[in-house]
Amino acid sequence: MPKLLIKNGRIIDPASGTDRIGDILIKGGHIVRIGEDLHATGVIGFDATGLIVAPGFIDMHVHLREPGFEHAETIESGSKAAAAGGFTSICCMPNTNPVNDDATVTRYIIERASHSAVVNVFPIGAITEDCAGEKLASIGSMKEAGAVAISDDGRPVMNSRVMRRAMEYARAFDIPVIDHCEDLNLSAGGDMHEGFHSVRLGLRGIPSSAEDVMVARDILLAELTGARLHVAHLSSRRSLEMIADAKARKLPVTCEVSPHHIALTDADVAFYDSNYKMKPPLRSEADTEALVQGIADGLVDAIATDHAPHPGSEKMQEFEKCPFGIIGLETALAVALEKLVHSGRISLMRLVELFTTGPARILGLNRGRLEVGAPGDVTIFDPELCWTYDVNRSFSRSKNSPFHGRTFRGGPVATVVKGAVVWRR
Amino acid sequence: MMPAGLLGIEELERSEIEAILNRAKDFQPLENQSFKRLDLLRGKMIVNLFFEASTRTRTSFEIAAKRLGADAISITAAGSSVSKGESLVDTLNTLAAMRPDAIVMRHSASGAPHFLARHLPRTPIINAGDGTHEHPTQALLDARTILDRKPTLEGLRVAIIGDIAHSRVARSNIYLLSKFGAEIVLCGPASLLPAGLACMAPGVRLTYDIREAIRDADVVMMLRVQLERQHEAAFPAGEYFQFYGLRLEHLDLIKPDALVMHPGPINRGREISSEVADSQRSVILNQVENGVAVRMAVLERILTSHAETAH
Repeated sequence: MPKLLIKNGRIIDPASGTDRIGDILIKGGHIVRIGEDLHATGVIGFDATGLIVAPGFIDMHVHLREPGFEHAETIESGSKAAAAGGFTSICCMPNTNPVNDDATVTRYIIERASHSAVVNVFPIGAITEDCAGEKLASIGSMKEAGAVAISDDGRPVMNSRVMRRAMEYARAFDIPVIDHCEDLNLSAGGDMHEGFHSVRLGLRGIPSSAEDVMVARDILLAELTGARLHVAHLSSRRSLEMIADAKARKLPVTCEVSPHHIALTDADVAFYDSNYKMKPPLRSEADTEALVQGIADGLVDAIATDHAPHPGSEKMQEFEKCPFGIIGLETALAVALEKLVHSGRISLMRLVELFTTGPARILGLNRGRLEVGAPGDVTIFDPELCWTYDVNRSFSRSKNSPFHGRTFRGGPVATVVKGAVVWRR
Repeated sequence: MMPAGLLGIEELERSEIEAILNRAKDFQPLENQSFKRLDLLRGKMIVNLFFEASTRTRTSFEIAAKRLGADAISITAAGSSVSKGESLVDTLNTLAAMRPDAIVMRHSASGAPHFLARHLPRTPIINAGDGTHEHPTQALLDARTILDRKPTLEGLRVAIIGDIAHSRVARSNIYLLSKFGAEIVLCGPASLLPAGLACMAPGVRLTYDIREAIRDADVVMMLRVQLERQHEAAFPAGEYFQFYGLRLEHLDLIKPDALVMHPGPINRGREISSEVADSQRSVILNQVENGVAVRMAVLERILTSHAETAH
């Protein structure tokens, strides 16, 4: 195990409220010292002068496509893209082939990741077998095998009775239930957010109510069952209001927001570019503003990318034929800095929290903080770095990003996992 | 500057539209006189690519090209490599490699021609109807037909009745008529009349009541109920004619010299009664006639200006 000494960075650690210049020494995969003017022999030094040194970022919503769709992404390529985005831990959704709906698949992913991933990979198991929304998956054994949450992401459980049983059952295993909230009947056939722009472009709409109806249902079921509910990629203003209400009533409800939902709106879908097509769809400006305000108010618990690789052949089609989803690992921090910090809406401390203690708390992960004994995972970034995203140089096997060619202010500089620098700019 | 192709009316300048409509007048056949073949586009090759069934649009594009002396080739999805699973991009790449001077395209997906125009920037693409988005040449021929009988579009009251949500004809007409200061009333079952329509252009108003919509109208455009584009029953089809069908009794509400239009194909007894379709007010067949003249003007404009800029 390498020894790494990160020197002279601005250490921001939301867990302890730390914000000061200092050094961090990592040995044996763990943080062994934090202080000023640290010295050690036989170490690799990293000069972090002028840079932010934060706990390793966690992305709790990623699609790695392996097993089954390795032409779109693999655990290795996805983990490299994560590292290049400053993430040291990622959670992968179960909609692979086979679906991660039992412990064998969970163990397979963990085994593959231990050989090929450059960051920590935590699988999320399915709620129902094959994500078909009918029979409960083996939730307990997946948790024992290492699954950190359950979700039928992309194919939400429509049957409320099945969802109720899943929540009840999951509660006993203290595993959070992540729901992609979408009423599939209301959204059926839709290609983008329903509103003026869908009418103008002649594309079928997905109303915000398709999300709101399910957020409402899930909150009611969480109240009924006592389960920990986490709403994935929340995108609608009304949904956020319901989350606020649930939190005010002390229900165990959390939510995440994706960078693209605060950076882009339905007005950006012009020209039928499928890199602007995802679920939930890019919403109205009012929704975007509400999400940013929700993040500033502390209603939103985490930022998660919903990194969804699709090969060019699938995204190079008529808009209505293209699959939903975009990649996002490499641009998440830059987008968040631009829309949240540089715009003056939140502090750097709050930003780091959304990428670290926020997701760690939801998932019960013992990481996301800088303290002696904690895993040696560190994200080093420069909030002022000027750089341009070239998707053709992405580590992802897929290139479906709406941010290609965009110049950002701020971005990751180096990613440290268990004391090893796994990526640096 | 003329854009490379014609994707929609929305982005077209008013002066551009006027130029096309004026030129189309030159191409209208004189009474009882058969049309003489011109050679304005001699040596030009136009590919008509129809991914969706069409009779009048495809035929009139073909006739327009031939009357201008161009070579026109029509390809329909059923008889081409599209039916063998070739992607749209590959089909278009293949055709573009044969260096046509323009591609006329009809497709069931909204934005399909826009998507291709981005990938084939050197070949002008003419949108002959994309999904539920736009049908620019239809709006142009409708305007030509109105202007053959009215001095100006400005201030005209135009009612468009039917399945607006799924109508590319409605969208293109809304943009065009609004650019010329017409007053537009859109009418149909509420589930086919999304509120966003009112924000598409200035001068647009919505109503669910056909009588209110057509009262004192100068032009009534009836649309076909596009059952093939509805993904579920958005309205009870059985009572459509009762509430939204144009019948003889309605003709008393419109202005005495008002025109009744329909882009076709018409469904007698569904959105328009036979008596109205065949009445003196109906200019449905004049629309078809003008289809050729307007498409000649469009082809000439795009192919000759493109050739100039290419050199």
